[in-house]
Amino acid sequence: MRFFNMMVGVVCALAIGASAAQAPAADPVKVGAVLSLTGSASSLGDPELKTLEMMVDQTNRAGGLLGRLVELVHYDDGSEPGKANVLAKRLIEDDKVDMLIGGTTTGASMAMYPLIERAQIPFISLAGALVIVEPVKRWMFKPAHHDRMVGQRVMLDMKARGYTSIAMLSDTSGFGQSARKEMLNVAQKVGITVAVDETFNPKDTDVTTQLAKIKNTPGVQALFVVTFGQGAVVVTKNIAQLGIELPHYETSGVATREYIRLAGPAAEGVRLPAPVLMVAADLPDSDPQKKLSVDYVREYESRYQTDVSSFGAYARDAWHIWVNAVTQARSVDKAKVRDFIENTTGLPGTSGMINMSPQDHLGLDISALKIVTVRNGKFAIAD
Amino acid sequence: MLPELLQFILSGMTLGAMYMLSALGFSMIYNASGVINFAQGEFIMVGGMAASFLSAAGVPLPLACVAGVMIAGLVGGLVERMAVAPARDAEVASIIIITIGVSMILRGLTEILLGKRPHALPHFSGEAPLALLGATILPQSLWVLAAGALIVLGLSLFFGRTRIGKGVLATSYDRLAAQLVGVDVRRVLTLSFALSAVIGAVGGVVIAPISTVAYDTGMMLGLKGFVAATLGGLGSGPGAVFGGLFLGLIEALTAGYVSSAYKDAVPFVLVFIVLVLRPQGLLGAKPTDRI
Amino acid sequence: MTHHPDQSLPRSRQSISGPILGPGSRRVVGLAALAAVVALLPLLLPNAFYFDVAIRIAILAVNGIALNLLMGYTGQISLGHAGFFGLGAYGSAVLTTHFGWAPLPALLAAAGLTAVIAWGVARVILRLRGHYLAMATLGLGIIISIVLGNEAAWTGGPDGMPVDGFSLFGLTLSGERQWYWVFGGLLIATVILAQNLIDSPAGRALQALHGSETAASVAGIDVGRRKIAVFVLSATVSAMLGSLSAHYSGYINPGIAGFLQSVELVIIVVLGGMASIYGSIFGAVVMGLLPQILAGYEGWDSVLFGVILVVTMIFLPRGVVPSLATRLRSAGVTGKGGAAC
Repeated sequence: MRFFNMMVGVVCALAIGASAAQAPAADPVKVGAVLSLTGSASSLGDPELKTLEMMVDQTNRAGGLLGRLVELVHYDDGSEPGKANVLAKRLIEDDKVDMLIGGTTTGASMAMYPLIERAQIPFISLAGALVIVEPVKRWMFKPAHHDRMVGQRVMLDMKARGYTSIAMLSDTSGFGQSARKEMLNVAQKVGITVAVDETFNPKDTDVTTQLAKIKNTPGVQALFVVTFGQGAVVVTKNIAQLGIELPHYETSGVATREYIRLAGPAAEGVRLPAPVLMVAADLPDSDPQKKLSVDYVREYESRYQTDVSSFGAYARDAWHIWVNAVTQARSVDKAKVRDFIENTTGLPGTSGMINMSPQDHLGLDISALKIVTVRNGKFAIAD
Repeated sequence: MLPELLQFILSGMTLGAMYMLSALGFSMIYNASGVINFAQGEFIMVGGMAASFLSAAGVPLPLACVAGVMIAGLVGGLVERMAVAPARDAEVASIIIITIGVSMILRGLTEILLGKRPHALPHFSGEAPLALLGATILPQSLWVLAAGALIVLGLSLFFGRTRIGKGVLATSYDRLAAQLVGVDVRRVLTLSFALSAVIGAVGGVVIAPISTVAYDTGMMLGLKGFVAATLGGLGSGPGAVFGGLFLGLIEALTAGYVSSAYKDAVPFVLVFIVLVLRPQGLLGAKPTDRI
Repeated sequence: MTHHPDQSLPRSRQSISGPILGPGSRRVVGLAALAAVVALLPLLLPNAFYFDVAIRIAILAVNGIALNLLMGYTGQISLGHAGFFGLGAYGSAVLTTHFGWAPLPALLAAAGLTAVIAWGVARVILRLRGHYLAMATLGLGIIISIVLGNEAAWTGGPDGMPVDGFSLFGLTLSGERQWYWVFGGLLIATVILAQNLIDSPAGRALQALHGSETAASVAGIDVGRRKIAVFVLSATVSAMLGSLSAHYSGYINPGIAGFLQSVELVIIVVLGGMASIYGSIFGAVVMGLLPQILAGYEGWDSVLFGVILVVTMIFLPRGVVPSLATRLRSAGVTGKGGAAC
């Protein structure tokens, strides 16, 4: 063991001598993450953790950050916001992390926020709801479009295609209910009537009852399903079963190839707003988002032998926002890093070009959300 | 309006058949041992997961299904031998905690061994829906209904015609007396766990193509099964059948005609009302207090 | 369902050992030890996170003792007790947020409302027995959490809602260190309350209920009324605790009233030992610490936790504290016997 340490020391000394680079200092930079790795939101939290672990390895292989290695400390909140609160306290007080990523769910992120503000530590939430960034919370940022934007994007597409009366089917999770509220607001603003507004439990094994109601409501021109994961698969299969011919919209929550694989042919023709990640190969080479998206997909899929999802991509963007800020700040000082995160400008990510400001802790506009559709078992840019 | 109602009923029956299988498992164990097995939902999950995993690994579908059910049966028997039998003389509350512990172990092991992602089985006979008076039903739903009917039939033959089945019944009436007339009570109890795991797993396997299955699908189905079993009367076979189908129908009709937001509350409100009016469940025998 | 009359066994042993250390003085010793632990613990806690864990243990312990009064001393199982905790928490949150009430009146109103609901429910469901009662209480808890999740306009829906800090007479409690004394004090107060209740004539009647209800009513005890009283008391204590902990954590969601939370409380009671106050505290310590210890082993945490539950219940079926106490006592007896020889 001692021999091994000595060898490491010798190698390090040689490396320093050769490159005159800073040697990784003794204590690493610590990033804390509270994610939902089990429970109802685990299908979101799992790719987030996988991505973060991959990012840490990438950063360390490239020489770390500010010459220090980066260490990820992560805990599972079991999809219970109450637990997220304790774990955030643990990361801040006991593990003494330099920044926090996470809150897979909005409930968890909001439950953690009072502590974040007290501890004054930069926090990038991976959750979906508008409330994360509006009103602006000084220490909390968000790398992915919120549910109101997703709703706006869908409703704009519906308007453009001439649908004015639609049916909505949302799940009863936090994701579904927060999104439902926003979607109803947006619909009213753009002049779309929500003729049927149904809900279902994401654990339901059969949703044909709600769908039959929608099918039999006269005048409905399109169907908007607000959910993610397993629930979306069940709904999609049930739609095919009932032979519902309405144009079928989903949210960005189903932008994963796993959805297409599990739902099978029933997923054909589904339209959804998605980060460009899913269709990155189809983008022109000049698009700044293309290379990084393609790279992320390739590395993730070869490392884990599993499909990427938009949730993992959010974690990727969160990581880059933070690394970018730390690099500019030349320090992990919490207040400085926060300021630089807030000043992120022109940073390309999988969700779009990120331009944050003191008034906008999201920094994305709606144009970065592309409407994609499932064609021949693959996501493709619609129209 | 009629096709709509028919669609609600078909949906409710499929759901109900699933609840029924879960409830039958509860009742069987309750009958034989007086234990409410909170790991019942996990048996459903284990069956579905094992079959999906084997099928994905290239095992032919029928074989994968049978193997999935057998694995769950084995797990059921092991659970009884290793966790429940050693605590036979413990209080009811302690045994409830044991079954909760078992469900955590099964859920955790499945997560570690098979991952967290949902799995699906191929549909047994195609995905083309069948039309019925303006409503549609998946061939797979017919499989669910048929599996439910076969199991009910099989159980009634088992209890009515076979020696070991009668032994189980005898044990449920009076454990000591059964022992005295030569029933191997130990074996009967292990068997009842294995059998109820098999029943649950059949449900898990036939529903997996429709709903997909993941390591955490068991709890909700288990809870609904408990509700169904209580509605019908704990320990009553016909009660479990009736309770399961009734619960499925009521849930579908509530979602259809009243409020889909509150449909999950309906089973619990219902069981509340039924218990207040008829404390032994709809088809249960009136309990007597032992002094 | 098998019924075990040996439940009263350890209590009779307690009274045998009475002359050595009377029940009264043993109570004082236990209480003094608890107070000492609560008072000295802060010296050992390095940072706010550990204070937070201690606070959460105290919350679990008070809730566990409340439920133990019901389960341990009247033999009524409840699989929906977190529902009452949730009613208190949301009652306070809604009254302070939407109606601008001060925290203390909101707490009292929420507790009062919960008491009324618990009374109404108890009147109809406490006629049920065993697993049927378990089912009814389970249903009650789930209904409460579904309502909290659905009425988003008031409760913020499944994502939950923020709650302001607790202030009284212009002073606001802030930080784990201040809250620690609130919950520590509450724990001691609850233990005193529970002990007084158990040793009162009414309490002795309660214990008789668990032994045999029929015998108790033959002995002229109004079984029904006593059961309802304990149910209401237990629910009200949980509701007040819910209010305080909502103010403490600053953000609540319907999960706090959910089935898993109720199960956690039952585990605390049964693991520590039915009818044992210090058992519930022990159970709360285990339930509060284990998730933190196992936090790094995602997936395995559920397995390990399950194994601990199963193994404890097999080897110490009456719960850790009563089982160990009995063993210690009988070991003491044989030890003395040996010395006499």
